[in-house]
Formats: sequence, C-alpha cells, structure tokens
Amino acid sequence: MLASFAAAVSLIGTFDPEVIRILLLSLAVSGSAVLIGCVIGLPLGALVAVARFPGRQAVTVLLNAFMGLPAVVVGLIVYLLLSRSGPLGGLGLLFTPTAMVIAQTMLVTPLIAALTRQVIEDSDRELGESLRSLRLSRWQQARTLLFDARFSLVVAVLAAFGRAVSEVGAVLLVGGNIAGHTRTVTTAISLETQKGDLPLALALGILLIAVVIAVNAATTGVRAFSMRRYG
Amino acid sequence: MVVLPRRGLLSLAAALLFAAAAPNPARAQSETITVASTTSTEQSGLFGHLLPKFTEKTGVAVKVVALGTGQALDVGRRGDADVVFVHDKAAEEKFVGEGFGVKRQDVMYNDFVIVGPRSDPAKAAGKDVGEALRRIAGAKAPFISRGDRSGTHAAELRYWKAAGVEMETAKGGWYKEIGQGMGPALNTASASNAYALTDRGTWLSFKNRGDLAVLVEGDKALFNQYGVILVNPEKHAHVKARAGQSFIDWLVSPDGQKAIAGYRIEGEQLFFPNAAAGS
Repeated sequence: MLASFAAAVSLIGTFDPEVIRILLLSLAVSGSAVLIGCVIGLPLGALVAVARFPGRQAVTVLLNAFMGLPAVVVGLIVYLLLSRSGPLGGLGLLFTPTAMVIAQTMLVTPLIAALTRQVIEDSDRELGESLRSLRLSRWQQARTLLFDARFSLVVAVLAAFGRAVSEVGAVLLVGGNIAGHTRTVTTAISLETQKGDLPLALALGILLIAVVIAVNAATTGVRAFSMRRYG
Repeated sequence: MVVLPRRGLLSLAAALLFAAAAPNPARAQSETITVASTTSTEQSGLFGHLLPKFTEKTGVAVKVVALGTGQALDVGRRGDADVVFVHDKAAEEKFVGEGFGVKRQDVMYNDFVIVGPRSDPAKAAGKDVGEALRRIAGAKAPFISRGDRSGTHAAELRYWKAAGVEMETAKGGWYKEIGQGMGPALNTASASNAYALTDRGTWLSFKNRGDLAVLVEGDKALFNQYGVILVNPEKHAHVKARAGQSFIDWLVSPDGQKAIAGYRIEGEQLFFPNAAAGS
C-alpha cells in the first residue's frame, strides 16, 4: 500500500499529454452535465419549494430519493435508449461524449433540484410572506428566492459536480471507455486497476481528487469575493 | 428585479457540450468505425500497436470498445459496433448463423495458461490442462473463474468438462465466479493466492502478480483462436460496411498479419497470426 502510494506520487510528475486530455474530457463532460443540470434543476427545485399543488410531498420525496440514483442503472437506461436497437438509436450517440453528458445530467439534475428545493423552502419561510404581499407570481417568487439564495446554492452545484466527476458506472457503460475518445479519469482508473497497474490507478485518483479540491477552492474563493462585493 | 444570467449559462453549456462532443476536429474529417472487442486484446496493448498502422494506411480511425466476448457480440447484435473481434468460435459461428454477422474469419491465436501460487498446493504444474484441473478440483484449491460469459470463461468451462470434472457437483467455496474481466480475475487470484485460467497476453501485461506464476502451459488444447466479423449491414443499415471491411481485410492481409506478429512485450510474442490458414 505504501509502496503503491510512493510510486503513485512519483508518477504524477510524469503525466503525459494523454493524461491531460483524459482530465479535460472528465471536466468537460461533468461540467456540461452540471450546467445543464442547473438550468433544469434550479428552477425546478425552486418551483417545487414555492408552489402549492397536490402531490407536492410526493415530488419532494422522489427528488430526494433520486439524489441516490445508482449511476450504473442510469447508465443502463441511457445505453438502452441510445443503442442502435433502442428508440433513439438513429442519433448514433452511443459511445460518444454526448452520451456521457446525457447520463450524467440525469444523475445530477435530481440532486440539484432536491438541494435547491430545501434551500429555497428555508428562505421562503423568511421572505415568502413579503413576496406574497407583493402579489408576485409563483415563478417570480421562485426567481427572487433563487437570486437571494444564490450563495447558499453554490454548495448544491459543487455537490452535483462532485457526484458527476467521480462516478464511473454510467460513463463506462454509455461511453465505452474508448481510448482517446471517451476515456475519463474514472474509467481510466478502473482500466488501470484491471490491468493490475495499481500505482498508475492511484496516481490518476490523486490527480482527480486534487482537481476536485482545486475546483472547490476556486468556487469558494469566488463565492467569498462576490459575497463581500455584492452580498 | 435582478434575474439569473440564464442566457450566459446556456451558451456556456452549449459551448462546453460542443467541446466535449468534438474533442478532435481533425479526426472528424475521416471515417471512424467502432470495433467491439475483448479485454484481452485491448488490455494487452495489441490495439495500441495495430491501430495507428491501420489508420495511417487507410485514413479510417478505429474506436475500440473492450468487453468480454459475450458482451462484445451483444453490442454487435444491437448494431452498436461495425466490427466484432473476439475469441469464442462457437459463439461467433452462432452470431453469423443468426444473420447478425456477414462472415467469420480467423485472424490470429494466442494461448491460455493456468496461473497459480508458486508453492502450487494442488500440484497442478505441468503441461496437461485436464490433469491440472482434476488436481485443483481434487484438492479443492481456490480457483477464480471469470463467470462473465467471456471467451475465456467459455474456454474454462470447456476445459472442466473435458477434464471430466462435473462443475455442477464439484462447485464449492473453493470455486469463485467473480463476473468480471480478466484483470479483476487476476487481481482477485493474486490477492487470495488462487488458481486462474488466463490468456497469455493479459498475463504478460499484468503488473500486480504477487505470488502468482504460470504453472500450466503448452497443451495444444490451450490454443485460443481469435476471429473477426463484419456486423451485417442488412440487419443494421447504418453499419459502415466499407470501412469495417477494410479493417478486416487489413487484419488478414500480409501487412496486418506482420503487424500482429510484431507485437511483443518484454521480447515475448503475444499473438500468432494465422489468417491464411483459416480463410
């Protein structure tokens, strides 16, 4: 274990352009999925928080439950949808980065929506009364609250990014781990582990964790700066 | 009221999506085929050796999805690959017989070996695979099976049968089916000092050997034939038949056969071309 770790650390200095490409693909795929997930999940979560409709409790339970959607099941569903023999086979998207973005979007959207719903519901308790007195529509209330809670929502986005960039089950199935095309850091780790090259697998793992920490640090920095400036 | 900069987010998402979908614009110019193949060919590094030569010659880029033989044939059946390149002759002939493939052609062979702990508690070492398996079963020595419908798994089951070991009754705690690829099977065997059947290529490129060594090799029965099949364009109209066939033609051509023979790890040849003999 220690020997593997030492070998891994010494490997990190020797990463070639291929590793950088793999890392960039991981970031591009997961970043795209989180962006799309935000476009859908933020308004959805906020609307569920402010709207009053029958079955709202059930929607909340479902959103919360889908935070734990098994990646491999999502991968399987997207695989069957995009396969040439599936309903969307004509698009020819299986084993492409786009397929990976679709699968990860399905993974992170419920997560973003569920966390947004909780945050917005809490701030609705404080501000809802005055917003309703302004006779704003539900959608306007949702937008106002989203903006008001924007700094708290950063953690939802980071959680989604963490889930996307670290999962392997879905991208492996729908991407196929094709060298130079759909190989991400996590599928590369899986492959190197299978080949018994544990130091290289561990080195890639350390690299991924370092990048995730950097992304979180940068986001926290930007958040703190804008809170001082605009908060 | 201030609104979220939604348009900015959307166009950023679109830009990122585009970047993800087209990581290599230069390659998008030429044709790309998808080959469903086995972990043994991919993980041994053979494709890394062959594909650049083929692409240089024809301009056709090849994407390899590496799975077990059973899964690879399923990917072909669903039309998600243009070519399958696998090693389970019976399953391949069934695939062609059902009309999913055009024609099966021999490409090359390598061989299986039985690896196990150096101390060899079951006294399995030798040349005779049947005798080795009978001893392993007799000693109830730990054995790791792929259990994943791969070509290697199919071969393993054939060897038990040929050795006269009735797996239905002989199975016990000593025999573990892990349902994973060759690498994980070797990792498991290495971690638990168990015996396992593996193709030589994966073994040679496998790094986490621990106390394992090759104990049984050289039996003619351990011969492992690879075949290549074009997915039938009559079943799946989008199959890139011309480019796919050009890959098959190259594999069985003198050029391709020479490239296969030229792949070595630590001076050892992994795959032995035999296309002419088969086609």
